[in-house]
Amino acid sequence: MNPALLSRGRLAVWGGCLALAFALPLVLKSGFVISLLCQIGIMVVFSLSYNMLLGQTGLLSFGHAVYYGLGAFATMHLLNAIGKGGGPLTTALLPFAGGLAGLAAGVLLGYVTTRKAGTTFAMITLGIGEMVAACSLMFPAVFGGEGGVSGNRVVGKETVLGFSWGPQVEMYGLIVLWAFACTVAMFALTQTPLGRIANAVRDNPERAEFVGYDTERVRFLMVILSGFFAGIAGGLSALNYEIVTAETLNAHTSGVVLLIAFVGGIGFFYGPIIGAILVTVMQIVIGGMTHAWLLYFGLFFLFMVLVAPGGIASLIAVQRALWQAGLFRRMLPHYLAVALPVLVLLAGLVGLIELGYALLSGDAGVGAGDTATKVLGMQLHLNAPGPWLTALAVTGIGLMLTRWIGGRLGVAWNATLATLHGDKQ
Amino acid sequence: MTSPAIRIQGLKKNFGASEIIRGVDLDIHRGERHAIIGPNGAGKSTLFHLISARLPFSSGAIELKGENVVGLKPFQINRKGLSRSFQITNIFHNLSVFENLRCAVLWSLGYRYSFWQRLASLKDARLRAEQVMEDIGLGKRRDTPAGILSYAEQRALEIGITIASGADVILLDEPTAGMSNTETEEAVALIRRVTEGKTLVMVEHDMGVVFGLADRISVLVYGQIIATDTPAAIRCNAAVQEAYLGTSLNHD
Repeated sequence: MNPALLSRGRLAVWGGCLALAFALPLVLKSGFVISLLCQIGIMVVFSLSYNMLLGQTGLLSFGHAVYYGLGAFATMHLLNAIGKGGGPLTTALLPFAGGLAGLAAGVLLGYVTTRKAGTTFAMITLGIGEMVAACSLMFPAVFGGEGGVSGNRVVGKETVLGFSWGPQVEMYGLIVLWAFACTVAMFALTQTPLGRIANAVRDNPERAEFVGYDTERVRFLMVILSGFFAGIAGGLSALNYEIVTAETLNAHTSGVVLLIAFVGGIGFFYGPIIGAILVTVMQIVIGGMTHAWLLYFGLFFLFMVLVAPGGIASLIAVQRALWQAGLFRRMLPHYLAVALPVLVLLAGLVGLIELGYALLSGDAGVGAGDTATKVLGMQLHLNAPGPWLTALAVTGIGLMLTRWIGGRLGVAWNATLATLHGDKQ
Repeated sequence: MTSPAIRIQGLKKNFGASEIIRGVDLDIHRGERHAIIGPNGAGKSTLFHLISARLPFSSGAIELKGENVVGLKPFQINRKGLSRSFQITNIFHNLSVFENLRCAVLWSLGYRYSFWQRLASLKDARLRAEQVMEDIGLGKRRDTPAGILSYAEQRALEIGITIASGADVILLDEPTAGMSNTETEEAVALIRRVTEGKTLVMVEHDMGVVFGLADRISVLVYGQIIATDTPAAIRCNAAVQEAYLGTSLNHD
């Protein structure tokens, strides 16, 4: 009756992911890692909800943080309002209220934004995003002004099944449960009539109208449902950080979720999951190592747009197709060969960026008034020509080698792809 | 007597100052195969766009099966049982052949905007899509993305999407445009097969197709219908021959 509802392969993937998510904090016990994992879980839900619009319905939104932020504020206010009247079970369910807030915002704002698709939709979401962000600063009673609204996720002394959600690792468990449920629900949605028609509207809105579908209605429903899941993500962030500021619903947050979905791959359901993991790790790990991390992220984004506009997921999909066709072995030596020059190039670039950043920002990172900076563990002097020339030389050599070996990879790549597609036809 | 499938009265359409459709009156009978022919720029495609509500018209009236459909949107007209194809292939490029056809049947089977039912469990939608897929000869291309089909295959899919919902009034806009002779023959056989018992209106340049398929023919010249009659009568019509001066209506 229900073919492939839970095929063995799919069940294994889902179960494996859930088990892995629960096992991670048992292996990696550091508080830093657990905080990082919490953030990843929240961003997974948020970026998947974003891709319901961008990847599945073809709607480029510049204001998705509105639903995330309103969900977060609603959750936080509810948490504070219930206060001692609640308990850990109520707290655990609060993200659902965040989802309802996101859903309500989707009904209100989506009614306006979904009248048109394409550029018009993008512009209206940008405008509405700015409007809501401006409102958040105008009504400090609701949005807490610059300081935001804070609360305490531990309510009273009760526990449910021994959990109070106080320790970060307990919060992580809660996030995993919510993120898993939301991911399953969002995947299920792609397998329904509405989910498929959303794809049709993405591909060709005109034809969708001529097979009986009101494209405006399809867009509206998708915005509402996506707002619901974004609101849940916001609710989880409220509980996780115990503070919600106006930043959660501003253009920066909207931009980050767009980048995550894009880098991960909007053409694949799991793309934004990869994006959320990658970008959050970059943000936290590289951000912890250097103040110039945004520069690195910008370069990475540029690289992705130019080299793999389909995102990481598309790269994986191609490799998988090569593997299944038995062609992966042909490419592997080329991948390995290009790795070394790329590493050389990266090292040179890191040197240049760090030196430049230290010089221009006056932030040497070693001590006040210093003229030295630390790069890859080496102490480098900014006012001596040596480090600059070395970094420049390494970058130059790396660039030349990468172009040379990368060119050979490109030739092999085209030949292999031709074989792959030739076999198919 | 039942009302005609389509009744058009005093239909006009301006694009700015230029009048493209200049007062068209036309009855399409139920169950007939009706071809609209005419020189380039006569307004044939525009007439289709007006009937299917892709474009709003300037004045006049259109009835679909006796019902006034003025001011309705394309999806509303489609739900009333009128389905159309496009001159320039208009399919869902990233979806597979099967998914293209399943999308086309969902509304007519009543699944609307459901997000609580699983597509895989909708047996009727699957069977209907598979049946159409066999009808149009694309059974072997089930999982191929529509965007990488050959041109003739895309044209067949275009017709498949149009007829999949089971609409009883079918509008085909140049279904054989750009096809080779063999492909055209196959397309004609396909159209004949899938529009059995339905009302068919088509715009077509290939006179072989027109005279082979149509029960009646209307000739549209500069936004007006100068004749509507059986193929044999149209062939001998003096006004039509004048309009088509220099082209032959006599090859089959």
